[in-house]
Amino acid sequence: MAEDGGVGDSIDRTPASSADVCVVGSGPAGALVAHRLAAQGADVVVLEAGPRFDFAGRREQQEEHIRPGMGDPWEMGGPRDDYTTAGRHYPLNAARVKGVGGSTLHWQGMVMRLHERDFEMETRHGVGADWPIDYDDLRPYYAEAERALGVAGAMDNPYAPPREEPFPLSAFPPSYSDSLFAEACERLGIDMHSVPNARNSEPYDGRAPCQGYGTCRPVCPSGAKYTAESHVTKAESAGARVIDHAPVQRLEHDDTGEVVERAVYATPDGTEHHQRARRFVLACGGVENARLLLLSESEQYPGGLANSSDAVGRFFMDHLFAGAGARLDEPTRQNHVGFITSECHQFYDDENPIEGTKLEFLNYAGPSPVIEALHAETWGDELLTQLRDSYGTHIAMGGLVEQLPDAENRITLDPNRRDDHGNPVPHVEWSLSDRTKRAIRRANDVQHAILEELGASIEWTVGPEATGPAYHQMGTTRMGGDPDESVVDADCRTHDLSNLWVVGSSVFPTGGAMNPTLTIAALSLRAAESLSASL
Amino acid sequence: MAALAAAGATVGGGVLFGRMVPPRSDGGGAASDGRDPSAAPSLSSDLLDLLDATAEVLYPDGVEGRRDFVETYVLGRVSDRSDYRDGLREAAAQLDAVARDWEGSPYAELDADARDRILRNLGVETADPDPEGPISDRIRFYLVDDLLFAFYSSPAGGRLVGIENPIGHPGGIESYQRGTMPDAPGNTNGGESDG
Ligand SMILES: Cc1cc2nc3c(=O)[nH]c(=O)nc-3n(C[C@H](O)[C@H](O)[C@H](O)COP(=O)(O)OP(=O)(O)OC[C@H]3O[C@@H](n4cnc5c(N)ncnc54)[C@H](O)[C@@H]3O)c2cc1C
Ligand code: SF4
Repeated sequence: MAEDGGVGDSIDRTPASSADVCVVGSGPAGALVAHRLAAQGADVVVLEAGPRFDFAGRREQQEEHIRPGMGDPWEMGGPRDDYTTAGRHYPLNAARVKGVGGSTLHWQGMVMRLHERDFEMETRHGVGADWPIDYDDLRPYYAEAERALGVAGAMDNPYAPPREEPFPLSAFPPSYSDSLFAEACERLGIDMHSVPNARNSEPYDGRAPCQGYGTCRPVCPSGAKYTAESHVTKAESAGARVIDHAPVQRLEHDDTGEVVERAVYATPDGTEHHQRARRFVLACGGVENARLLLLSESEQYPGGLANSSDAVGRFFMDHLFAGAGARLDEPTRQNHVGFITSECHQFYDDENPIEGTKLEFLNYAGPSPVIEALHAETWGDELLTQLRDSYGTHIAMGGLVEQLPDAENRITLDPNRRDDHGNPVPHVEWSLSDRTKRAIRRANDVQHAILEELGASIEWTVGPEATGPAYHQMGTTRMGGDPDESVVDADCRTHDLSNLWVVGSSVFPTGGAMNPTLTIAALSLRAAESLSASL
Repeated sequence: MAALAAAGATVGGGVLFGRMVPPRSDGGGAASDGRDPSAAPSLSSDLLDLLDATAEVLYPDGVEGRRDFVETYVLGRVSDRSDYRDGLREAAAQLDAVARDWEGSPYAELDADARDRILRNLGVETADPDPEGPISDRIRFYLVDDLLFAFYSSPAGGRLVGIENPIGHPGGIESYQRGTMPDAPGNTNGGESDG
């Protein structure tokens, strides 16, 4: 048996004898916990299913993204990542990355706090479920998360929840196209404001400032965009051990069924290894957290580990994209950078619809000349004419719409399909309710009003039919006070097993309409405190 | 100590030099790069000559400094990607072989119309870029798409379309805030972009 597990890089992938804490998954949820605990002196092992992507390869990965025929820069797909769907197709492998750093390798990096009402949707509006914590409980952790991720932002958003301190980095200035939108929005009484970005507007935390490469999603070659590699590296410097190519197959508990004893992981050569630890933290993302619990069924937990509530896998939610695009008869200067600089949260707390909505003013409307050139069927002067016709006057808005939890939207195991290690693949059942569709239509109405006020001719709309997920998988191990109705408590510890924590957006009882990762980070920092206290 | 330090400096300098100054030529084939000349058709001209001759067809008329641009942003870009470079060289040799077969002359020595015609007759316009596909797919991938990628992801090509900081180019965070491109309509000097 090769120590490197058959990877061929001579890196030892055999388990440590025992650890204080074993973290499964190295995205932001797991990396932050691993770093905090290792920094406090705990003996931490992180098991990561995917590979380590060397930072030196980012320019080449960028090229892989821009050029057709080069494959996915993050190598998603294939038997390892297989899944099935029912209802509305959920494109799971576009929605996550497996690797050291997790899905933040690919993410966009917009990071905002949930609103106060998001924690109390049942009490306030009679929909969804209340969180067992409120905004004030999370508020100091939000501030800490903003420092950890290096958030560039400004205090100009009148609709944001209360905060005392400024953002750690100054906001990116508005784009030229924002200034075009601003006139129309002012006439309509619609407020624009800055967007908090986990992206360096100046050097921060040893990472470079943004260089304007324009491919933030899926790959930032400068390192200006935050990825959880940052906290993986910090965790390692603090003594944590990170084992890549080590997908956990199942968790095994003791005879009483009260504590998890070991994580069983497999290396590419097919060998299974057992990692023992005093505490376990599941941080595999919104689908795999549920799947791993379901795969870890036992006599005591026939419906899946930590699943006495039958809530594991249920209440799967995402944010829905709503958008519209148009052309103006003047230059709009799109596709210089790959991030946005203005949003509108004015309608977020509205009651009609109750679903939260945030609106985005895009800086990347229409085709990028280089990508169009690579798909063109001509070259030379003819190609240049084509590119000049299509580039330059596009303008567009996007937005996210809340999806309320529904027990029938869920992750289960598909008994008929197996992954590369012979485990049933995740089965994603996902549909949109009529009220979600109405909320999407409402977002489209506002977008159309703004574009029409601009005098633009609308060319496309992504509404209730064409919509897709924003790649934020939430809800499948929901948090709550009642063990009969929820999987984890307010500290993200499972009700059923005393040494098992679950972190990430799978614990969200409701998801609001804000991108989830700042809340994921805040919850991880909070969970790290309860973990640390328990050690 | 001094000698070691000096040796270190030489090695370091050599690596750096290798990165910054791309290979200038095909270098006579097998002898210089260890490839088996019988494995693929040989290239009858300098690789840079062939790439520049292809670029003349693919780029709009009147791009100045084209050869330097191709040397820096095509050959230079892939100078430390040996597998890719081998694929590029092989696709170039294939194209060259087609030119000799169809037109009786190395590709780089044909006039521009003939070069354009060969690519179109091979179906490269509509071919799928595929490094492992049939010859037209490989030519699309290694030659056409590579040259177009290098050009339109740099200000040299971007400016012609109206964008001085196209995606793929680290052009900073000022340009997205501006309403116009400085010096529009722009000079078309390919060699001047600041890659
Ligand atoms: C295209 C895209 C754009 C996005 N944009 C934004 C944005 O702008 N703002 C925002 O807030 N969020 C955004 N997100 C979402 C964001 O990336 C996620 O919310 C975040 O990464 C989740 O963190 P996580 O640590 O919980 O999970 P992940 O980052 O997904 O990490 C989970 C890790 O666990 C590993 N893992 C899974 N199963 C196992 C196993 N059995 N054993 C061992 N390891 C395992 C995976 O390989 C992975 O590395 C975006 C996502 C995508 C795909
Ligand atoms: S624009 Fe995006 S990809 Fe480019 S440097 Fe800035 S953050 Fe990175």
